[in-house]
Amino acid sequence: MAGKYVHQSILRLEDPELITARVQFLDDIKLPDMLHAAFKRSDYAHARIKSIDVSEARKLPGVIGVYTAEDFGDYVKPGPLQVPPPTAIKGATYVARTTMPIAKDKVRYAGEPVAIVIAESRYIAEDACDLIYVDYEPLEAVVDLEKALQPGSPLVHEDLPSNEAGHVRQERGSWEQAVKEADLVIKRKFFINRNAGAALENRGIIVQWDKHAKQMTIWCGTQSVIALRNQTAARLGLFESQVRVITPNMGGGFGPKINTSLPDDALITYLAMKLERPIKWVEDRRENFLATTSERDQVHYCEIAVKRDGTIVGLKDFFYHNSGAYNPYMMTVPLNSQSHTVTNYRVPNFLTEFYMVFTNQMIVTPVRGAGRQYGVFVMERMLDAAARELGMSPVEIRRKNLLPANAYPYYTNIIGQDFVEGVLDSGDYPSAFEKTLELIEYDRFVNEVQPKLRAQGKKVGIGVACFSEGTGVGPYEGARVTVGGNGKVVASTGYTSQGQAHYTTFAQIVADQLGVDVKDVKIITGDTGYFGWGAGTFASRGITVAGTATYMAAQKVRQKALKLASKILEAPEEELELADGVVRVADIPSKFIALGDLANLANPMRGTMEPGTEPGLEAVAYYGPPYGATGAGCMAIILEVDPETMQVSMEKMAMVHDCGTPVNPMVVDGQIHGGIQMGIGDAFYEELIYDENGQLLTASFMDYLFPQATDMPKKLVLGHMETPSPLNPLGIKGVGEAGAIPVPSAFAQAVENALQDTGVEFDRDTLSPSRIFTYVQMAKGA
Amino acid sequence: MAQTVKINVTVNGEQVEREVEPRLLLSDFIRHDLGLTGTHVGCEHGLCGACTILMDGEAVRSCTIFAVQADGHELQTVESLGTPDNLHPIQQAFIEKHALQCGFCTPGFLMTLVDYLGDNPNPTEEEIREAIDGNFCRCTGYFNIIEAVKLAAEKMASH
Ligand code: FES
Ligand code: FES
Repeated sequence: MAGKYVHQSILRLEDPELITARVQFLDDIKLPDMLHAAFKRSDYAHARIKSIDVSEARKLPGVIGVYTAEDFGDYVKPGPLQVPPPTAIKGATYVARTTMPIAKDKVRYAGEPVAIVIAESRYIAEDACDLIYVDYEPLEAVVDLEKALQPGSPLVHEDLPSNEAGHVRQERGSWEQAVKEADLVIKRKFFINRNAGAALENRGIIVQWDKHAKQMTIWCGTQSVIALRNQTAARLGLFESQVRVITPNMGGGFGPKINTSLPDDALITYLAMKLERPIKWVEDRRENFLATTSERDQVHYCEIAVKRDGTIVGLKDFFYHNSGAYNPYMMTVPLNSQSHTVTNYRVPNFLTEFYMVFTNQMIVTPVRGAGRQYGVFVMERMLDAAARELGMSPVEIRRKNLLPANAYPYYTNIIGQDFVEGVLDSGDYPSAFEKTLELIEYDRFVNEVQPKLRAQGKKVGIGVACFSEGTGVGPYEGARVTVGGNGKVVASTGYTSQGQAHYTTFAQIVADQLGVDVKDVKIITGDTGYFGWGAGTFASRGITVAGTATYMAAQKVRQKALKLASKILEAPEEELELADGVVRVADIPSKFIALGDLANLANPMRGTMEPGTEPGLEAVAYYGPPYGATGAGCMAIILEVDPETMQVSMEKMAMVHDCGTPVNPMVVDGQIHGGIQMGIGDAFYEELIYDENGQLLTASFMDYLFPQATDMPKKLVLGHMETPSPLNPLGIKGVGEAGAIPVPSAFAQAVENALQDTGVEFDRDTLSPSRIFTYVQMAKGA
Repeated sequence: MAQTVKINVTVNGEQVEREVEPRLLLSDFIRHDLGLTGTHVGCEHGLCGACTILMDGEAVRSCTIFAVQADGHELQTVESLGTPDNLHPIQQAFIEKHALQCGFCTPGFLMTLVDYLGDNPNPTEEEIREAIDGNFCRCTGYFNIIEAVKLAAEKMASH
């Protein structure tokens, strides 16, 4: 659905201020009398705390206080669950061991806070941390997912019988039947590595308690202001209205910033109240690697049942999922893996089962992709394995099994992270696939280019993978749209923004409804002082859910404006139009009233008000979809591997995606570009590596390799499809994670193809040059 | 109070004199002592490039330099470039090509490029990639930044 602004690539309204440093990021905020916090973090992944000596630290000049669990008394208890347990899934079991604000008696991951220092400066606070002496009794660390569940394993939580954190089994059709029908059952095992969100801006928080007004203000780079406000209020015994959470400009989110009731917000809110001075804490990069949540290692045991002609009759996937030391985010990530395994293909019988495992590693919560890419990875790898065994091409086997274009809505029988059965609302997967092959010139490459280059000794390969992205899930978001007496419009939502252009795209939606210049629409996100309801920024749901709520609120305002103007202009509503900032009679443009004047008239100061009317050109609306809108697409990569160094260079990447109506196509492309960077990191370089003692070996950008400009494909071609979602009036589906999802699958296939002569086959998603080298040596039997 | 040292620096054309601790990072000095918060800090170990500024016209990482080392030098931060109504051509190009999303990395890119394009007004695409290879961006995948640099080079040539 296109409008004057919707579906147009207008330049971002936020940019002129943002690019000239006239905005405020969290660490830019300086309050009078502000104190600074630093955490003393555990050096051990698993240890009993015998004693903590803070006496020297307390004596350091400039130190205001040093606090351990003991000093917080009863306040130190496990935080609330961040997402509810999956009671909708039959037979699902779980235990909840949620985040401790500060370690008491025992530490469960390296980097867990054991003390917090408040000082006059950050430098002093860090000095004081060095003067805290902790006596630990080291315990054996739980690191390996599979060993963690064996009897006799050390326990992360000793009050539990095992390290099992949860279990889910879902089946559609019958796997047993599939095995009977199949000509061939192929088995594989896959390892999925752990990655960081690595937003360029680290996490941080500033808390101010006004003891006179009894009002707390929190500035925080959070993806969920509502969760932070509500949990803070509950913990401190305040009303929600006594806590205002404001997100300043944020330097990226990508998932980890959704978490609340972490040590920082739990302790600093308390201390700011106690000390009656504002406190700031900004994470450094090492802390971000160590102690900000990251995502997913998984181990998959997978079987695919196929006919000789390549038809899939069934898939079975059994996997272990690493929850880390605590599981406040419950099952979102493994459920995403589970619900994204077979979405693109016809798989009549599907059995999927996982165990969540506690380990002595950082807590796992979503990072862009949020487990989806591993469902996709497993499926795509299994198709590659089947193609290999059946002597088919990767293209042939996919073409044969893709869900047809007339399959939607398609009920998957698998319950996902939103606790409802997955429904693919709309799409056309075969067209996305064929279009991708065209863009990458698949046939020409395979038949002409590749043979020539191979003859020259070049190791060039091609890979193609399909993906889907469940987006825009519930429960709901809301928005308030108000026309001011100045004739401009302000729209506020509880949703938060980390760079996704909401200040432009939401304004485009409002401007079309109210006939104003898009520059006259101001969008406020992530400030509970303006809008106090909503769930948060996750699952690519901004434009789909909050955008739709904004659309609906703007429509209500439009109705109000028409009704009132009709009276004033003495013309029927049907003859009126909203354009150029006025309401006018469409045929007699000289007969109009400016929106600002109308807004003033909508708020009468004397006289009477008609019963049933509400003041102001203002309206609030909420939108909650019955289930998410599923975006999808396909990616292909052509790459070259240097046979000496195993360095991979991506020559060309093509991606076709379908996110329904793109409100701003330029912004959509930008989202995909960013996703691709993370996908490349995942496929190639980025890996949080823990050793057998649970020590993180990659806690800096020296060791955790972040994809740079020279790592990107030399050429990128994007193809667009627009199958509107029937779930919302604008037909939108989310796109925030799309780019990240297919890269590891397409990459692994392409590298295998490049190294075809070695017979190498990859069973993991992160293929650094040294890994590729090892695999090739193994394939050679070396 | 820790011992302090007096330093004299020129920042965006203005002379400033301050007492600083010898261990104070230049990035912290710029951000917190001078209040020039456009310079961002993403890693504080010299890898991400977010803190890039110009020191005597050369792009440097302000997180790997102590404020005392800047004594007697001339510094330029992102605040010295354009204003919303009068953007620097590189800023204008970044906006036109959607080369920023969260904008956190952007000041570092801009300062790197002011230096680079000054010396190399007509770079090839490969050279552009090399030039910005030391600046991390998590949002844009660099694709549009590369396009923006090409456009900026054009704009600057016609200036
Ligand atoms: S903050 Fe200086 S290079 Fe990252
Ligand atoms: S725009 Fe967000 S890190 Fe570059």
